[in-house]
Amino acid sequence: MTDARENTGVPVLDVRDLSVRFRMRGGRDIAAVTDARFSVAPGECLALVGESGCGKSVLASALLGLLPANATTTGSAVLGGDTDLLTADERTLARTVRGRRIGLVPQSPAAHLTPVRTVRSQLEESLRELTGVRGSVLREAAVVAAARASFPDGHLDRYPHELSGGLAQRAATALALIGDAPLLLADEPTTGLDRDLVERTVDELRRHTDEGRALLIITHDLAAAERIADRVAVMYAGRIVEIAGAPRFFGAPGPRHPYAKGLLDALPERDFAPIPGMPPELGALPDGCAFAARCAYADARCTGERPAFAADLACHHALTGRTHPLKEAADA
Amino acid sequence: MLELTRITAGYDRRDPVVRDVSLHVAAGEAVGLLGPSGCGKSTLARVAALLHRPDAGTMTLDGTVIRGWRHRAPREQRTAVGVVFQQPRLSADPRLSLRELIAQPLRSTGRRREVPGRVAELAQLVGLSEELLERRPHAVSDGQLQRACLARALVLEPRLLICDEMTAMLDASTTAALVAVVERYRSESGAALLAVGHDRVLLERWCDRTVRWGERNAGPAERERVAAG
Repeated sequence: MTDARENTGVPVLDVRDLSVRFRMRGGRDIAAVTDARFSVAPGECLALVGESGCGKSVLASALLGLLPANATTTGSAVLGGDTDLLTADERTLARTVRGRRIGLVPQSPAAHLTPVRTVRSQLEESLRELTGVRGSVLREAAVVAAARASFPDGHLDRYPHELSGGLAQRAATALALIGDAPLLLADEPTTGLDRDLVERTVDELRRHTDEGRALLIITHDLAAAERIADRVAVMYAGRIVEIAGAPRFFGAPGPRHPYAKGLLDALPERDFAPIPGMPPELGALPDGCAFAARCAYADARCTGERPAFAADLACHHALTGRTHPLKEAADA
Repeated sequence: MLELTRITAGYDRRDPVVRDVSLHVAAGEAVGLLGPSGCGKSTLARVAALLHRPDAGTMTLDGTVIRGWRHRAPREQRTAVGVVFQQPRLSADPRLSLRELIAQPLRSTGRRREVPGRVAELAQLVGLSEELLERRPHAVSDGQLQRACLARALVLEPRLLICDEMTAMLDASTTAALVAVVERYRSESGAALLAVGHDRVLLERWCDRTVRWGERNAGPAERERVAAG
């Protein structure tokens, strides 16, 4: 790292009560994200996990100021203790935030790269724009930038379609690292990659985190999350329902929210049993707990009253790691 | 059920992706085909699904030697195989409602009278509500669309189901749900399964046996090159 970013207790990103609403035709509202609250510290990786369509990627777009025009946001998302990403104007976001203070590792790198230009030319452009490197040293700087993400310099003159999924991912990561941003935002960086490449990609992201960056990784791949994360935030139907330390979450005593437990138990290395039903529509969320309809522990209180997010959990029936007595009653 | 013998296939005759590969799936058997990205397993799956003509080798389906692929395959062979692809967005016509999507194979084989009954039956099996059936792909999630694609693959009651990375885009719970649907269909119909993927844990849990494939890949460097093609 170029400068000493000491952990002074100030999180790199501090999100408070972030909500995103989409106004649809006919005056209908879609509650894509509701009251999200979390923070990420330097050198820390927070994994945001949940089913597809639960609002994870909308949250990422909100942080980058890339939401469509029909979206409204409330709450705050303070970057580095001074910039609220939700109220900052486009000029600030474009000139000082994207690439410089937040590096984005995209979901499908092959689509993120410009198809008609080589990796070298894209790296050089980012270097010119973000670091001001010019002239003869630019070529050398591009090789160094590629090496930081383990992109082999023999492939620099290739076009994106000539790269495999793994190499395209590394090219995109190299671009994300150029601005030396204190926060890396990785949106499903491992989708469609095979297991070896998933592990290599997350290990590399972990290495960049260990250098002192904060990493927010959005994923539905629980194995990848377990490998990389310090803490896990579980999202369901637009809300964060549980935040827990990764060792506690994946090991003992396990997740406290029944949805998080269901998601883990669905893994083929565990019970391989799906959670019954499907998530509710974000445009028609129930008044009570959004998971109640699929939950074995749900009672009248769950359907009537929405659980508050307190002590990193939003549930009326927190699990303790042992089988819940109500579960037997529900199964019987 | 399915016998692939010394198949060579690819998109460039001078540089085939699949070289001299044999694979056997017995009646009612579930075989997992494992391999890293770019090893040619999807190409082999396309050959087995009668969607790609191999350059060399023989294939038999229920003891009958296959003479033509794609439109050259007779209907009774084509309809014996159901396929689910990795990316539901790319394999669903965006203009069709999920109901129409599932009904399409029945319509194109002249069995439109069976549409209401079969679609209702399959929607129930894969867990799609009446309301979801009326939507078009842009208004549903990846998981919901893949449920519809699986229903479409089952609508003609295939004797062989081919799942090419069916769950790679999906979360753990949806993955488990779709695998449960496939297994329920197989236990009722006795159909065979060829599941292609790179998730060893998943395929070993799902299938009767798995075949590991990596012969084309000398090492990581070679794999990257192959995958680029």
